[in-house]
This record gives sequence, structure tokens and C-alpha cells, in this order.
Amino acid sequence: MGSEFKESIHTAITNANLTGALGKFSEAYKINRTKAYEGIDFEELRGRIADLKSDAASRLDELSERFTRNAEACGATVFRTNDPARVREYILKVAKDNNIKTVVKSKSMATEEIHLNPYLENEGILVGETDLGEWIIQLAGQTPSHMVMPAIHMTKEEVSDLFSKEVNERLTSDIPRLVKVAREQLRPTFLAADMGISGGNIAVAETGSIVLMTNEGNARLVTSLPKIHIALVGIEKLIEKFADVATILKALPRSATAQLLTSYVSIITGQTPNSDGSMKDLHIILMDNRRSEMAADPKFKQALQCIRCASCLNVCPVFRLVGGHVFGKVYTGGIGTILTAWFDELKKSEDIQGLCIQCGACRDVCPGKIDIPDLIMEIRRRLVKDQGVPLLQKSIYAVVNNRTLFHGMLRAASIAGRPFTSGKFIRHLPLFLAELTDGRSLPAIAAKPFRDRFATIKQPKLKEKAAFYAGCLIDFAYPEMGEALIKILNKADIQVIFPEGQTCCGAPARYNGAYEVAAGNAVDNIKALMREDVKYVVSTCPTCTVALEHEFITVFESLGQTEWLSQARQLSAKTVDFSSLVKQLVDEGRLTLKEGRALGKITYHDSCHLKRSLKVAEQPRELLQKAGYELTEMFECDTCCGMGGSYSIKMPEISAPILQRKLRNIKETGAPIVAMDCPGCVMQIRGGMDQYGASVKVRHTVELLAEQLDS
Amino acid sequence: MYEQFKARAEGVSAEVHRFATKDAALAYLIVFLKQEGVADSPQATALWADSPFLAGVELNALRTIPGLKFEVTRELASHSLFGISQMEWALADTGSLAQNSTAIEQRMVSSLPTIHIALVPTSGILPDMPTLLARVNPKECRYLAMITGPSRTADIERVLTIGVHGPHRLVIIFVDELGGNS
Repeated sequence: MGSEFKESIHTAITNANLTGALGKFSEAYKINRTKAYEGIDFEELRGRIADLKSDAASRLDELSERFTRNAEACGATVFRTNDPARVREYILKVAKDNNIKTVVKSKSMATEEIHLNPYLENEGILVGETDLGEWIIQLAGQTPSHMVMPAIHMTKEEVSDLFSKEVNERLTSDIPRLVKVAREQLRPTFLAADMGISGGNIAVAETGSIVLMTNEGNARLVTSLPKIHIALVGIEKLIEKFADVATILKALPRSATAQLLTSYVSIITGQTPNSDGSMKDLHIILMDNRRSEMAADPKFKQALQCIRCASCLNVCPVFRLVGGHVFGKVYTGGIGTILTAWFDELKKSEDIQGLCIQCGACRDVCPGKIDIPDLIMEIRRRLVKDQGVPLLQKSIYAVVNNRTLFHGMLRAASIAGRPFTSGKFIRHLPLFLAELTDGRSLPAIAAKPFRDRFATIKQPKLKEKAAFYAGCLIDFAYPEMGEALIKILNKADIQVIFPEGQTCCGAPARYNGAYEVAAGNAVDNIKALMREDVKYVVSTCPTCTVALEHEFITVFESLGQTEWLSQARQLSAKTVDFSSLVKQLVDEGRLTLKEGRALGKITYHDSCHLKRSLKVAEQPRELLQKAGYELTEMFECDTCCGMGGSYSIKMPEISAPILQRKLRNIKETGAPIVAMDCPGCVMQIRGGMDQYGASVKVRHTVELLAEQLDS
Repeated sequence: MYEQFKARAEGVSAEVHRFATKDAALAYLIVFLKQEGVADSPQATALWADSPFLAGVELNALRTIPGLKFEVTRELASHSLFGISQMEWALADTGSLAQNSTAIEQRMVSSLPTIHIALVPTSGILPDMPTLLARVNPKECRYLAMITGPSRTADIERVLTIGVHGPHRLVIIFVDELGGNS
């Protein structure tokens, strides 16, 4: 990570205006978005959008040609090019041929992508942004920090300073007054401009139409008042059918700003009359800029299903802390990371891809059904492929992959860590490792790991067997969670075996793009776990469960390795997370919890992998309530805790405030206990509570349930 | 559908009225203009774009209202307090109005003045956008405009503010006896 990049993160996180405005917006957004989608089957809707956009992405050439034919039949001039330089030259030529002095623009990310404004201004053309947010950042000499809300990082005081300079009058920070100033200042520009430049939200091949949406009404003026209109449209905006405009418009405003529809929607098909009776000179530029290459990439083609709503920014726990400028000058957030890797270059995304904590919140809300976290993982994988794994990481994987060595080192650490250990925590680490305990205490390494304790646990000999996959954290930090699981399963007449050969699930390597390493981990685990015939392979760590159930397969597939694929599929079929298994056993009457106890208030934190990858949320809640706890939901119960595996180590400055927010939400419920199903979340949240001296108990569901078994 | 439209449109700060006859609608419109200060001076004029509503209406009588004009120019539109136009359709599920705005006069009166008064045939209410798009032929309807509430922004600190580049107020007047395209 470059020091400049680290510095930009630091600047953003310590900017109270930015984090305050974004934080407030993101909290309100989730609630308002849900309301806007009331009565709509979102899954069905986004299925249709994904299908129609994916279909269009497979036929970009054909649809471009159809669009051109139909738009030109209605009097438009269409120009298609792959090259941003040729887009700029084309626009300049139209301007020069018509002796243009002033241009008005409505908001367009495509023009940002090709840095059009400075280019035209260098040629002596006055360019006026008319979207209020864009105008603000133009006056400030900045770039947009959000695709839909470009000036969200600025306060009303900063805006009033800018406007005061512009009108030579000291203005207050009264927002309606500032908006009025913008209207009055920009109105003469609109009337004087001899050329309008817009983007396009949708381009329809069947009719040659372009669709423009705004709330302010500026696009209507940009496309109506000047005699020349140039629309710059990325070819990913093409769809085939006119009727499908309604499908996209059903989702776009709801996902973007939680509106049912923007104030203005204009669907323009070819030339329209000007106020002097002449016909509009309409140019539509279909810009490729590597979009066709993207469409030809089996993995990244789905990124063209994006409708540019920016909901992936709005729900991102990292974006709401750092804002857009950390991501670069144009596209920001989750989808922005992907677009930057393509429209700019892969190398440019090297730093920003590391911002993704892989919580999956964006995948759940994307109206184009794009698996954004997965595509960011693919960027990581390709970066590692191009540049190799950094040396330090490489040596860590060498250790992790050598089971004996890894376990030996962890044991050594349990002894070496002792001077810094107080009770159950490591509170301070020396030297460069100190960042690890910044804002969060780490668990002390268990004196005796689970694998050594297992042999001493007495179990009845039972016919039905389950293999326990412990994962590193339970094995070495929280062996008591494994013991609790055995107690519960024995009660349901299931004997637990612990295959000794099991090793790291490969998640750390995979999340850092080292797929070859992850594949090695997968093979070792398959060998170990498939040796004995068991009914279930159960884990109390959702990240490990996801690895066993899904990621071994996808890692093999993406590397084109087939040798272990069928065994990986068999393992996947047997794998189950702890809460789902216990819920099933309770439902089948094989396990009963003590009835009629009043255990008091509890709140539940949804772990990212459990909720969004495994789709498990109700099972632990039902079990805890059955056991006698009174559930009080916290605000943003399924928002990431900031752990993200090694993320908390690589990005401590981002991880810590995410954790703070989580701790606050937990404490505000007033519940004395918070339950969760992931040992990683336990480590993060328990460590945070310890550091801040809070009395809230942080427990894994498995421990709480083991205490409430009916004898 | 009218009730659904009204609730949705009012939800985005539009004002919605309904009259059985053209006469009643016109009477309301004239009172409204006068109340809001229509006058033959800059920033106070009212500009009425060509509308089917005006068929059979005695224009000379209307011209006696000082400041009410029917000849749409961009200068006049930019300096008018009121813009009046007829919108052909209304979408019940989003509270939106829609119009074939190919004629630029229609766009100017609905985008440049401070108050936009939209006359709509009640029979033009459609359930939703798919129904609208199925009725429109884009080759003839070169500029299909949809309007949902007044112009708005939240670009400064996410505070919702009404009236940026477009009208501050959208007054919708449904007229039952007005035949529609629907």
C-alpha cells in the first residue's frame, strides 16, 4: 500500500464533515430504500434487469448498430468509438465547427471518465456544470466523491464560502437561499449556452432513444435550450427494448436515492424542434473504452449489468467512513473499484481493491445482481497473478500451509505472548505489532489448543457421526466453543470426530488473492475430512463453513483444477453451519432445550458470511429465544463488525471505527449479552468491549445453548 | 386510481385538485393566478402553452387578465411566474405526469417558470410506466417528458430543498370532462 494512499485514508477518516454526512446518509438510506421497495419483489425485479442487461452485453455490436440506425433515422448523428481521445476530439470539432463559446452540462459520469471539462476549457470553451452538486465541486476545483451525490463531502458552510466568492456577496449558510443563488446564477448560463452536453441513463437500440433522469430539472434545460445537444453514452447503457426502460426505471431511482421516480425523466428520440423553429443538432456518442473487452471476459461481463445507482456505495461500511476521494477521481465505491481496474488500468486498482472488507452488503442490494465482492476478489487474484504475492505474505502462507510448523508457531506464540497477556486477552503487543491491539484486545492463545484437548473429551460411542471442522480461531483461541459443540451434539446422539489432518480453510490466502495457496489448503482439508464416513461436517465458524461449502469448489474452478472437484462437491453436500444443524435437531425432536426459563435480554449480531453467504439469520435467533432469552434487535444488526479476517490487521484505521459503531449499537440495546455465530466476530467485538471496559458479555451462540440443554 | 395518484403526488410535494367540468377548472385556475399575483410585469406573467383544453375557450376573455399570455418565447418563459400546459397522462403508482413534449413550447412552460400548472384529463390516469410506454411511439413522440413533483435537490448536506432549475411548485388540475389520449 502506497503511503499517499494511506495518507488519503487518514485524511478522510479524520474529516468529521465527511464521516458525519456520509454516516447519517447511509443510516437513513437503508431504511428509506426498504420503504421505497415496499410491495415490490426485488429479487424478481433484479433478476429481470440482470437478464436484460446481460443479454445486451452479449450483443453490444449488434445493439450499437441498431441504435445507430434507428437514432439516425430520426435525425441524430451517432458516433461510436473505443478511444476516449477520439470522443474528446469529436466534441471539440462539433464545438469549433459551430463557433461555440459556452457549453452547459448536466451530470455525466462518462464525461468525468474522459476528463472532458479540462480538455474543453484548455481550448477556450466555457463549460458550466448545472447539476448543483457538480457545480459546487466545479467551483471548488474538486472531483465528485459519489456517483449520485457528487458534493456529499462538503458542508453548507463550505458551499456558502464558494458561492459568496462567485456572487461577490457574503452569503449565510441557509440551504434554501444557497439553492436559490444557484438557480439565479445558472439561469443566464442556460439561456446563453449554445451547446448542451449530457450523459445518458439508458440507450434503447430498438428505437434509438436515450433516457435522462434528474431531480433538479437541469437535463431538461440542457437538452432543450441550446441548439446543439451532445449525449455521451457508455455502451453498457444499451438495452434492446423500449418497454424495458420501465424495468430499469423501477429500480434505478429506488436504489439510488430511495425515490419512486426522479422528478424528471426525459426520453429523447432523434431531433426535436428548437425555439426558433430550426431542428436540434443532436449528436450521440457511444463510447466503448474497454467495455467490449469487459463483455468478452467471462468473469467481468456481469459488471456491465450495472445501472449506476451507487447503492453499493450507500450500503458499504467502508465507503461511509472514507468517502469517494480515496477511490480516485472518477468512479468510486465497490463498482468503482471494478470500473477503475478496467477503464483506467488494473494497476490503478491495486490500493483501492484492498478497501473491500468482503462483507457482501453490496451484493444483496445490487439491482443489476452483480457479485461485486467476488469481482473484487478476482481483481486481487489477477493482481497476484501479475505481480506475485508480497514477500512477507508469502512467508506467512508458507507457514500456514505447513500444518506442523504453523501449529508449532501458534503454540510458541501462546507462550511468547504471555508477558502481554492479562487474563483472557492480549492487551498490548510490542513494536510494529502494536497496531493489532489498537482499539481492540486480542484473545490470548489457548494454553492447550482444541486438537490437544479433543482426545481427553469423553464421548459416548454413537452410531451417527459428525466431523467437526474447528478452524484456526477455535482450535487455538477459543477451544471452549468446540467443547460446547460436542456437548450439544452428544445430547442429540451424534458422536463428534476431529480429523487431525484438518488445516487452515484457505480464506486468508483467498482473500489476499493467493488462490494457489488456497487450493493447497482445500486439498489438505478434503483429504482429512473425507477420510471417515460421517453424516455431517459441522463448523462453528461461518467463514470456514463458506470455504468448505462453496469456496473450495470455486477456487478449483477458477484455477481450472479438476482433480479434487468431485470430492469438493461431496464435502460441500455434507457441510453445515452449527446453528442450522442444531435448529434441525431441535425441530426433529432429537434435542430439547430447558423450557420456561427467563434468561433476560439478549441482542444478536449477524456475521457477514452467515447472513449473506449462507443465508442463515433466523435459526440462531429462534434457538436463543427457545432457550429463554428475550431478543432485542440492535440497529444495523447485520452490518459488518470490521473484523474481515486479516482486514483488521491490514486496515486497522478503517476497521476500528466500524467496530466502534457496532459496539455503540450493541450497547444501545441495553442487553447484557450479545450473541453471534462467528469466532472472528467474537474476537473483534469481545476485544473491543474489553478495551473500552464495557460490561456487555460477548458470546458465541454455541456456548449459550450448551448451557441450556435439558438434562 | 385517482386516489392513489393523489396520495403519491402529494407525497412528493405536488398539489392536486380535481374538477368535473372545464368551466369549474378554469374558474379555479383564474382565482389561483390572481391570488398568487399574476400581473403584466416581469416575474409575474403567466404563460399558457397550446393545449386541447383551450379548444372552445374564449381566448379574448382570458386575455383580459393582465399578464396571462399565450405566445410562448424562451425570454417570456424564463421571466414568467406561471407556466400552464396540458399533460396527457398521469401515472398512479408514482404520482407522475407524462406528456409528448416534442414541441419545445411545452417544455419551456413546464421547466422555466416558478410555478407549473398542469391540466390533466382524468381519463389520462394510467396505472404505471409500462402501460404508458406501451402506448407511446417514440418515433412520433420525440421527447417524452415525465414530471414527478416540483424540481428538487439534496446536493447540499442531503437536505431536501424544493425548486432548483425547474418549478418550485407543481399544481395539478384534473378535469373529468376533458377527453384524453388514453
